[in-house]
Amino acid sequence: MRRLASVMSLLVLAALALLGGCGGPQFSDAEKKTIASLALNTLPSLKPDTTNRYADVPAAAALGSTLFFDVGMSRDGTVSCSTCHKIDRQFQDDLPQAVGVSRTNRRTMPLAGVARNPWFFWDGRRDSLWAQALTPLENPLEQAGNRAAFAHYIKKRFGERYERIFGPLPDLSTVPANASPLGGDAEKAAWNAMPAGQQEDVNRVYANIGKAIAAFERSIEPAQTRFDRFAIDLATGAAPQGDAAFSPEEILGLKLFIGKANCVTCHNGPRFTDNSFHNTGVPPVNGLPLDRGRVDAVAQVEADPFNCLGKFRDGDESACRELRFMVKDGPQIVRAYKTPSLRGAASRPPYMHAGQFSSLDEVVAHYSRAPPAVEGVSEVHPLDLSDRERTALVAFLKTLSE
Amino acid sequence: MRYAARDVSSRRGTGLASIWRYSLAGLGLAALLVGIVAAVYLTLPQSASGPDTSRSKKTANGLFVASFEPERGVIRQGELQSWLLTLKTAAGVPVEGAAITVSGGMPQHDHGLPTSPQATDYLGEGRYRIDGVKFTMSGWWQLRFAISAAAGSDSVVFNVVL
Repeated sequence: MRRLASVMSLLVLAALALLGGCGGPQFSDAEKKTIASLALNTLPSLKPDTTNRYADVPAAAALGSTLFFDVGMSRDGTVSCSTCHKIDRQFQDDLPQAVGVSRTNRRTMPLAGVARNPWFFWDGRRDSLWAQALTPLENPLEQAGNRAAFAHYIKKRFGERYERIFGPLPDLSTVPANASPLGGDAEKAAWNAMPAGQQEDVNRVYANIGKAIAAFERSIEPAQTRFDRFAIDLATGAAPQGDAAFSPEEILGLKLFIGKANCVTCHNGPRFTDNSFHNTGVPPVNGLPLDRGRVDAVAQVEADPFNCLGKFRDGDESACRELRFMVKDGPQIVRAYKTPSLRGAASRPPYMHAGQFSSLDEVVAHYSRAPPAVEGVSEVHPLDLSDRERTALVAFLKTLSE
Repeated sequence: MRYAARDVSSRRGTGLASIWRYSLAGLGLAALLVGIVAAVYLTLPQSASGPDTSRSKKTANGLFVASFEPERGVIRQGELQSWLLTLKTAAGVPVEGAAITVSGGMPQHDHGLPTSPQATDYLGEGRYRIDGVKFTMSGWWQLRFAISAAAGSDSVVFNVVL
């Protein structure tokens, strides 16, 4: 009788151990599928950009690279794209708000995989990489230049290289030294005094500057991380070796990321972004101008003469479906900002569109608490994560930077 | 004192102790069964209780029969895709010249669609191209079509679960 009871107790213990997962699989099939969808090896090859016929022309990328690092591409000769997009810092600057000629109101975005974005800037106010590259050049807080001056500069410094790629430069002899429809009063007046054909000539050179810089930026792609090695081993059933093995804390963090914490809802796919815009209740920064995110960017991208539907696009209009079918209004785009990729995020604080949080701990705490938005409606709901769970999520995020 | 009492009881009632052990084992087994049933129940596919994902249905007031299919057969998350909405009358006659507006969102996330899909082309035989459809995340999506044609106005909701 005693033996029977002992056998029964052992059976019960064994069954409980199995249910508890001791020695059993760590991830369900659904979890494995999600993990595999996040791995870098599922990133498709970069699609051609038909709106930029120079996108994959090596000479254009080479000129773009020169321009990207050239401080001559600014009003006072001190600021280049690389001033904020630092090559040894994931092409960002570690500052809460970027500083060009002056301080801006937004965090510099890193550039890995940037050519895969449908929208550019935190609010998506540009719709192509080449149209994006033009915007800081004339922003008075960034490079603070003007398109007439850039056209003259290109002719003087890079005329031969430019013409080998884009064909003959227009006659710029009667173009004012400084003129732009977006500049100060004097530059605007000079621009408005130019004949339409001359304006178009300058705009064409200006668009080509953006196309060259975009051709260079297409080569900046995300690198494999510890997470990717772990994910490949998990998918193939191989035992993770060396640093591809995750600690119990990192595994808990990954499970939370794709489960209870709902991070993967927006941070999905191999770039950990849905390329869309969300209000997540991130607070505004005192002292910065009013910032309403996506809702104010819609009019800007529609008005941009360099957008996909404008005359400087190469190829046909079928490339413009993102612009054509964009959401133009509604409460969901108020204070909505782009979901950033999380690859490399752990090693580039501060976080959010204006550097509101100085550490990943603060970011995770924000999403756990999910405070209401100051304007519009936050899409996130309180998670009430424990200290241990928040620490585990941060531990997992670090595997995307190693 | 306590030690003595326990000693006495165990010596005195071997039969009682066996019954006690059996009841314990029985309780354990019962708990195990409940656990297994609960685990199986919780991990069962939820399709039985999920939204109706049929690709063809009658519109709300029965004016039309609508079918909704991805134009290229597969749904790819995160990509702009075109779908085909096919409209027929209850008698099976293709509906031509319909005015169609599209709305929708994710009921469980309380947000709308990430794009503004539109009926862009009429392809004949009651088929309309709905372009600009994008599903940016997995989960339950709804697409609502308001349809206005010679036969009248009606609407239909399709559920898509990724």
